[in-house]
Amino acid sequence: MTELEEARERYCADFERFKQKAARNGGGWTYPLRKTAISRFAEVGFPTTRDEEWKYTSVAPIVKVRFRRADPRPNGVVPRALAQTGAGELAKNRLVFVNGHYSERLSSVGSLPGGVKVESLAAALVNDPAAVEPYLARHASYQDHAFVALNTAFMEDGAFVHVPKGCVIDEPIHLLFVSTSNGEATVSYPRNLIVIDSDSQVKIVESYVEVGGRGYLTNGVTEVIAGENSVIDHCKLERENETAFHVATLQARLGRSSNFVSHSITLGGALIRNDVNVMLDGEGGDCTLNGLYLGTGERHIDNHTRIDHMKPHCVSRELYKGILDGKVKAVFNGKIVVGKDARKTDAKQTNRNLLLSEEATIDTKPQLEIFNNDVKCSHASTIGRLDENALFYLRSRGLGLETARALLTYAFASEVVNQIKIAPVRAGLDDLLTARLQKICQA
Amino acid sequence: MLEIRNLHASAAEREILRGIDLTVNAGEVHAIMGPNGSGKSTLAHVLSGREPYEVTALLEMAPEERARAGIFLAFQYPVEIPGVSTTYFLKAALNATRKHRGLEELDAMDFLALLKEKTALVEMDQGLLNRPINEGFSGGEKKRNEIFQMAVLDPKLAILDETDSGLDIDALRIVAHGVDQLRNKDRATILITHYQRLLNYIIPDYVHVLFDGRIVTSGGKELAHELEQRGYSWIEERLQAGSVS
Repeated sequence: MTELEEARERYCADFERFKQKAARNGGGWTYPLRKTAISRFAEVGFPTTRDEEWKYTSVAPIVKVRFRRADPRPNGVVPRALAQTGAGELAKNRLVFVNGHYSERLSSVGSLPGGVKVESLAAALVNDPAAVEPYLARHASYQDHAFVALNTAFMEDGAFVHVPKGCVIDEPIHLLFVSTSNGEATVSYPRNLIVIDSDSQVKIVESYVEVGGRGYLTNGVTEVIAGENSVIDHCKLERENETAFHVATLQARLGRSSNFVSHSITLGGALIRNDVNVMLDGEGGDCTLNGLYLGTGERHIDNHTRIDHMKPHCVSRELYKGILDGKVKAVFNGKIVVGKDARKTDAKQTNRNLLLSEEATIDTKPQLEIFNNDVKCSHASTIGRLDENALFYLRSRGLGLETARALLTYAFASEVVNQIKIAPVRAGLDDLLTARLQKICQA
Repeated sequence: MLEIRNLHASAAEREILRGIDLTVNAGEVHAIMGPNGSGKSTLAHVLSGREPYEVTALLEMAPEERARAGIFLAFQYPVEIPGVSTTYFLKAALNATRKHRGLEELDAMDFLALLKEKTALVEMDQGLLNRPINEGFSGGEKKRNEIFQMAVLDPKLAILDETDSGLDIDALRIVAHGVDQLRNKDRATILITHYQRLLNYIIPDYVHVLFDGRIVTSGGKELAHELEQRGYSWIEERLQAGSVS
């Protein structure tokens, strides 16, 4: 039996143990869904580099580890440790999850308009199935993505956010995922469900940090359902431990005239795979997907995005930028599919990469599939090094070589950072980047 | 201030400077003129430490060390740097230089006051300072930004590389006025120019003609007028006749 097959059987066997627990916890109605998902996983198994979608990313380092499902650890994290990650005080509304499990003690939610739900998904599965069931796993497909299938089978907790019609929430809602594995190989399956009804506006931040976590796996799925004329500002900050694995899918479905902005910031982790999929499923939808990935050492960072233009007059803008040092391997695959009904589509995709070392590599691949003639689509991808003329210019004014390099690298990143509208996130990221880049440029 | 003896420089195996001798004292303004390809810009770049010229007979100092020691180069083609504002960069540059000279770093208030004073010198719109360096600037705005930076950094030796080229008459007047205002007894200035026009505004103490990597003749400001009237071919003919010493 190959390593992949052996791993597949291991996960399926683990599901047999897990299903009793899932039923016991009251979310028994999810069992058929979980069963379908694990059956699908049993059929497809883990991807190999022969799969087109995984051509440049081998999951072997993840597959060979025997991860144990993470238990809730109520006493593992104190607020002070959270504050030290710099992620603790981003927003007043904060749901904290320790190793994938909701921590009421660390969470706090301010006063929200009536009818707004910001709570643990585990609780919602038990107490509020009618609110969850119409959406859960209806968008993130577990049919052809092994990790989404596993998340769907094993999901226990995450955030459930529901904003009813016509609600504008100014304060960002921060979903903070903290890992504390302490060297033990554990896996958590964060599952977030964000349902924003028509005419509502919300800002959501997802952060992934660690407090003494090493060698763990985060396998997350976030589903966003944006109602008609809704406005959603989403930002994901991935700051996992440098020895950790992070595989996550963000799946959004946008209704008519809705506006969805999502930033994906990748700063940590040993092997990272992000899938961001957006379906523009109503006329006049507007979607912005931006990303920034910063890699050093021997890390592997894979960003896959897919935007489906399904209806007329939708706009999509995409800007992903990578800063790659050391022996980092990065992948960007950006797919845009324009359906036959999607006339007057306006889609623009850009991927830019800055290589700071000789050994860093990037595989960048734009994919446009267009089935309508009346559209405007463009893509660009570039790979480059720091501009020698600009370096000399700065140095000729007295800036040291390292400072000049750090400044130009920061400037490269700032095009993405400056587009983040959630001010505390932007400011926090600014500080993080400045410190990180100074370190990189000194080495 | 600056003493150059037998300076040679080559790039890509081609010798561009072939033995330059030049002495520039504090308070003096020297104009270096010459036809295209004579080595004018190379001289400016070599003095400010640009790679990858292979240079003999010059101190081994990184560009930033030269800058902190007081050398300033106004670029012929100022570089656009997206994402870095002129204010931010200039504060870092000024404080790096001040630190090198054992002075305290300027705080934000003092720095802003300094900026305000110096923008007036070149009639520069202060709004430009908060924009990325030179990005989307007109040719005149870029050159003004160079002279503005020079005013803030207060160098001991300023080298202006074809600061006049590409400027209309109004922009030229403003830029030249700024440079002229910055003349003082402690500062040496080297003006590199193709045209005599700039020298109507900034009267040089000495004029040198660079030809094929060598200074072939030197004189006072009247030499510039002669070049303007008779063109560089006059020098070439004299060289061929062997009458230039």
